[in-house]
Amino acid sequence: MSQVTEVRGSEAVQASPATDDGPADPGPGSSLRVLAGRTIRHPTIGPVVAAALLYGVFAWEGRQYGFLTEQGTASWLNVSAELAVLAMPYTLLMIAGEFDLSIGSTVGATSMVLAIGVSHYHWSVGLAIAVSLILGVVIGLCNGLLVVKTKLPSFVATIGTNFVIAGAALGLSRTLVNTSQMSVYVHGFAHSLFAGQWKSLDVAIVWALVVTALVGWLMIKTRYGNWIYAVGGNVESARRAGVPTDWLKVGLFVLTSLGAVVVALIQTIEYNTGNATAGQGFLFQTPIVVVVGGILVSGGYGSPVGVIFGCIIYGIVSLGIFYAGWNTDWAAAFLGGLMVIAVITNNYVRRLALSSGRPTDRARGKP
Amino acid sequence: MSDLLELKRINVSLGGTRILYDIDFKVEGGSVHCLLGDNGAGKSTLIQCISGTLQPDSGEILLDGKPVSFGSPRDALAAGIATVHQDAGTLPLMSVSRNFFLGNEPMRGRGPLRRIDFRKADAIALEQIHAIGIREVMHAKQLVGTMSGGERQALAIGRALYFGARMLILDEPTSALGVKEAAVVLKLITQARAHGIGIVVITHNATHALTVGDQYTILIHGRVAAQFARNERSHEEILSLMAGGEELAAVQAELEARHNAPVGELA
Repeated sequence: MSQVTEVRGSEAVQASPATDDGPADPGPGSSLRVLAGRTIRHPTIGPVVAAALLYGVFAWEGRQYGFLTEQGTASWLNVSAELAVLAMPYTLLMIAGEFDLSIGSTVGATSMVLAIGVSHYHWSVGLAIAVSLILGVVIGLCNGLLVVKTKLPSFVATIGTNFVIAGAALGLSRTLVNTSQMSVYVHGFAHSLFAGQWKSLDVAIVWALVVTALVGWLMIKTRYGNWIYAVGGNVESARRAGVPTDWLKVGLFVLTSLGAVVVALIQTIEYNTGNATAGQGFLFQTPIVVVVGGILVSGGYGSPVGVIFGCIIYGIVSLGIFYAGWNTDWAAAFLGGLMVIAVITNNYVRRLALSSGRPTDRARGKP
Repeated sequence: MSDLLELKRINVSLGGTRILYDIDFKVEGGSVHCLLGDNGAGKSTLIQCISGTLQPDSGEILLDGKPVSFGSPRDALAAGIATVHQDAGTLPLMSVSRNFFLGNEPMRGRGPLRRIDFRKADAIALEQIHAIGIREVMHAKQLVGTMSGGERQALAIGRALYFGARMLILDEPTSALGVKEAAVVLKLITQARAHGIGIVVITHNATHALTVGDQYTILIHGRVAAQFARNERSHEEILSLMAGGEELAAVQAELEARHNAPVGELA
């Protein structure tokens, strides 16, 4: 868990044990080693190093094709940011030990709600957005209740809802407007809010920063973060300690669906198109960046800060391959490989964290 | 000493099968009641009735002489009855202080800035685990997974006591532990007893039961087979009863008969 994050946090205290028989302070020589040991055990270090290395590679390979220009930088930042808006709530869900494979069709369904509402029924943009958000809450509640009531693995339950939502979105779109793709033009405040730009940077970056700050605060500072880690660590232990495990999970499914809704609003308004089948890419991109960001697939461990770097890695790789002039067909293979490496690394970091952290007997001067 | 908890004529059936028959069971403050019996004898079912996980079909539960009914583990916890399970209920990938205060986090700030008071949580958690005899943990941010099984068990017990438990139910507290580790837990049990806590211990380990027990109840097939205080039976009798009493005697007789049989018959 975010052991070191807390230690580094602004108000964190180095709880100095008030015991006389505590170990003597490690000497100046070993304090560097302690720091190094702690760093390597921190779940965020992997994604940070990987992001730096990959940036170096693509900065070099793409240097003559504009990867380093303002526009090049903005292009991968925008991709990372859009993904982060969804990946952050998804991180909470995965730390709690659950998956949501319905996000892809939630994105598609939302974009059609906005497009049909505004273009066909001439709703106000505000109403269409409100309906989209309600849709997100309803989908999240359905997913969450399905998982906690039936005790089905969320992996299975949300594959089901994914197809239900995808089919319903397609069917309803064809029934109502006779197409699964529809133009929609949004202006004014709503446009600035979801698709505004400053130079080449999308407003999605602001969304990503705000969502990240909220999720980081939630996980590191509040009791809900404590409960989410506990639910992912061992549901039974959490329940016995009085954590409302079912409601917590349902809430996280709702937050994840809302993340998908916001991403859908951003994309639909930016590209002026509602598409019932758009968004299926997020289905796997999102869990991939969460895992690359250092979250254990089994839940209970990992830091949301790492996931930011997971998103950055995704942006750098998917755009970097293009800027480097490589065949972009390889991007998926590259990311898949990264994910496999990340899963192995995460398990290794978890083992490291558990194997140590306590001074060895020898270091304490005992036989 | 007065009875802290008293169970009268508890009957439980699960899925049409009778599990417990007219169980009477008492726990005094400042004493250890060992609950013994073979697998399937009904020990777990009985403690589930006390910890609120299960409601008996009939019978009475009296706390301080007043009838109570626990609809959920939370009810029992609120009444001061804490259960520490075999796996100790700690989370290995979370820090000592996060584990210690899980579900009871000390808070500071208000509104959206309401957050866990880690300064307080860390200080108290460290102080408490040092008080219960875990000296090796120096930092409240240390992951519980780095602690040994006995230390985790001790942490869970210390946590229950800190949050005001008057009664502890320990389900196989020493079964997964080595000799030294078990000693830490047993010592903690006697400490808690000295503080007037009523304790129920389920165990298979005869030595541990003899070390800490004040009262003994032996369940066989859902019925109380024997119930006695420490000084009412000899060690040998207790050991024999714990080991399954007559059934074991029968097995022993059979083994002896075989042993005495001519060598040729065995081959």
